[in-house]
Amino acid sequence: MLKIKDLHASVDDKEILRGINLEIKAGEVHAIMGPNGSGKSTLASVIAGNDNFEVTQGSVELEGEDLEDVSPEERAHKGVFLSFQYPIEIPGVSVTNFMKTAINESRKAKGLEDMPAKDMLKLIREKSELLEIDRKFLSRSLNEGFSGGEKKRNEIFQMAMLEPKVAILDETDSGLDIDALRIVASGVNKLKSKDNAVILITHYQRLLEYIVPDFVHVLHNGKIVKSGGKELALELEEKGYDWLKQETAV
Amino acid sequence: MAYTEEELKKELETKEYEYGFYTDIESDTFPIGLNEEIVIAISKKKEEPEWMTLWRLEAFRIWKSMEEPTWANVHYDKPDFQNISYYSAPKSADPNKTLDDVDPDLLEMYRKLGISVDEQKKLQNVAVDIVVDSVSVATTFKKTLAEKGIIFMPISEAIKEHPELVKKYMGTVVPQKDNFYAALNSAVFTDGSFCYIPKGVRCPMELSTYFRINQAGTGQFERTLLIADEDSYVSYLEGCTAPSRDENQLHAAVVELIALDGAEIKYSTVQNWFPGNKEGKGGVFNFVTKRAICEKNAKVSWTQVETGSAVTWKYPSCILKGDNSIGEFYSIAVTNNYQQADTGTKMVHLGKNTKSTIISKGISAGKSQNSYRGLVQVNSRADGARNFSQCDSLLMGNECGAHTFPYIEAKNKTAMIEHEATTSKIGEDQIFYCNQRGIPTEKAIALIVNGFSKEVLNKLPMEFAVEAQKLLEISLEGSVG
Repeated sequence: MLKIKDLHASVDDKEILRGINLEIKAGEVHAIMGPNGSGKSTLASVIAGNDNFEVTQGSVELEGEDLEDVSPEERAHKGVFLSFQYPIEIPGVSVTNFMKTAINESRKAKGLEDMPAKDMLKLIREKSELLEIDRKFLSRSLNEGFSGGEKKRNEIFQMAMLEPKVAILDETDSGLDIDALRIVASGVNKLKSKDNAVILITHYQRLLEYIVPDFVHVLHNGKIVKSGGKELALELEEKGYDWLKQETAV
Repeated sequence: MAYTEEELKKELETKEYEYGFYTDIESDTFPIGLNEEIVIAISKKKEEPEWMTLWRLEAFRIWKSMEEPTWANVHYDKPDFQNISYYSAPKSADPNKTLDDVDPDLLEMYRKLGISVDEQKKLQNVAVDIVVDSVSVATTFKKTLAEKGIIFMPISEAIKEHPELVKKYMGTVVPQKDNFYAALNSAVFTDGSFCYIPKGVRCPMELSTYFRINQAGTGQFERTLLIADEDSYVSYLEGCTAPSRDENQLHAAVVELIALDGAEIKYSTVQNWFPGNKEGKGGVFNFVTKRAICEKNAKVSWTQVETGSAVTWKYPSCILKGDNSIGEFYSIAVTNNYQQADTGTKMVHLGKNTKSTIISKGISAGKSQNSYRGLVQVNSRADGARNFSQCDSLLMGNECGAHTFPYIEAKNKTAMIEHEATTSKIGEDQIFYCNQRGIPTEKAIALIVNGFSKEVLNKLPMEFAVEAQKLLEISLEGSVG
């Protein structure tokens, strides 16, 4: 589904990704772990098409299509979703209005009519129940005055609404208390299917207890230095990242 | 007009100023220039009584002695007042005609404007008075309103049919000598709307006036006089458009609102005069004086969405004369390309326990300049006066400007005046966040701008709010590279 080949990317001429290779198939959950500054969020941004980052080498392919010249909104229409580590505030725009616009823009790109209000309402009801979101919450200005947990839960609500093919969750677990984490994780698990894929970016093993990955990759200095099954996450939790840093330095 | 989402979208695809057509209607236009003869000729043409002619001449004499104001933060080539025709009427206009007799070309023009003088409008429960160039063409709904004792008609007719009301109130809120443009308007105004709501009557529908400049080289000087008698209520809408032309057209209107004891007036404007082209050529000079007087327990709300005009000079104000009266000003001013706007309000607190609220949202894009200018004045006898002002500016790009000039004059120790101001820029991170959810940049900007303006948009009547939102999007399209 998503194929990343020898990906190099830099910001302000500083190289951050230095040759990433990763293949993610439909139905899989991949966790990307690694110390601060290893390039995890950059990888997420580059897949989403953020033009603050320059791809200097390599490629990202979605279902066989090279995304190089595809704009961020087109990537979204094709099914790429990024749950932001720091969701952005848009004052005066309600969660509902934002989602309505997003869904209808995607439909427009596919040559479809706007979603009828009745269907939209049904979808909102269904997905907000899935994530145990109070309907009142949906009338609030997007991310404005939201707590850390509310912001993250809102990101996953949006993911549920947009039903992406590839969802990248960038540190969705940070800022969540244990109850919120459980709700978000169960939401993600319910949305998981054999037709979509999830990339979890996280520092901690904690999230992986709830959303069990098929593969775990460790990112260090812009490269994947180790890949393994879910047990790798446990090993990291126990030993920290230093042993890997040493190992790769050799 | 009930815009469906689909219609909305379709219309959004048009990027150019969409009202820029010119309807070829035979016009009866005066020669250019301004002198006493022209003033008298206008008065004669309108078959006015002598007192009106004398009132105009007095205004003209005052105007001649005045200088065009230069304190506003706008720069433009001064109009040559001797190079304008002060009267232009579509030749076939006859106030006694019914709608069925209206020139089909004229009706086609309304259709293009998206306003219908016909049955559609009745369904919308809006009574419309349309002023094209200088003459009021048709007033719908006259009969329904008459049953409630409401008078809604062109001011030229009111001068003849209700001279006692016009004589009593005209010039009481905006005197002839008030300012340069008001004096000019008082001398040469050719039409406008007149409205009177009797005691205790709640006007059952939105009243609406549509202004449009059609003829080249003409000025439009309409005058609106609205009187809400004791304990009455009215909501009034005003819309404006003009075709695209290379030369600047002049619009200098006067609006006077009188809210007697316990009355409430809501006055909403969506101003979409031609703003000039991308290079800053052409466009309407909009120099307007709007003021309301509030008697005891009265309330006046001005809501305006200003997206058009090359130059805007406009300060809808409230004189809070009566105790416990309330004045409100909600404004969205958008400037793009080379537009300049200097707009705001004056809240003059004279009575005790008077309250005013000012919410101003300025959005600047392109190379435009957008200024808020506001005065909050508390008189020495105005015990317990309160004001809250909030001025927010949103900038797009690096070449535009936003300016705030708040003036506060408090002569009473009990006054409570609050002022808040913010300036923000649409962030790349906001745009990317929208993009990531599948929303293209232009739509993202529209969304962010609408969110920014929401507090004011919410104050508009529903139908108008949709139109205003659409206008905001159109005016800002192409403003981000």
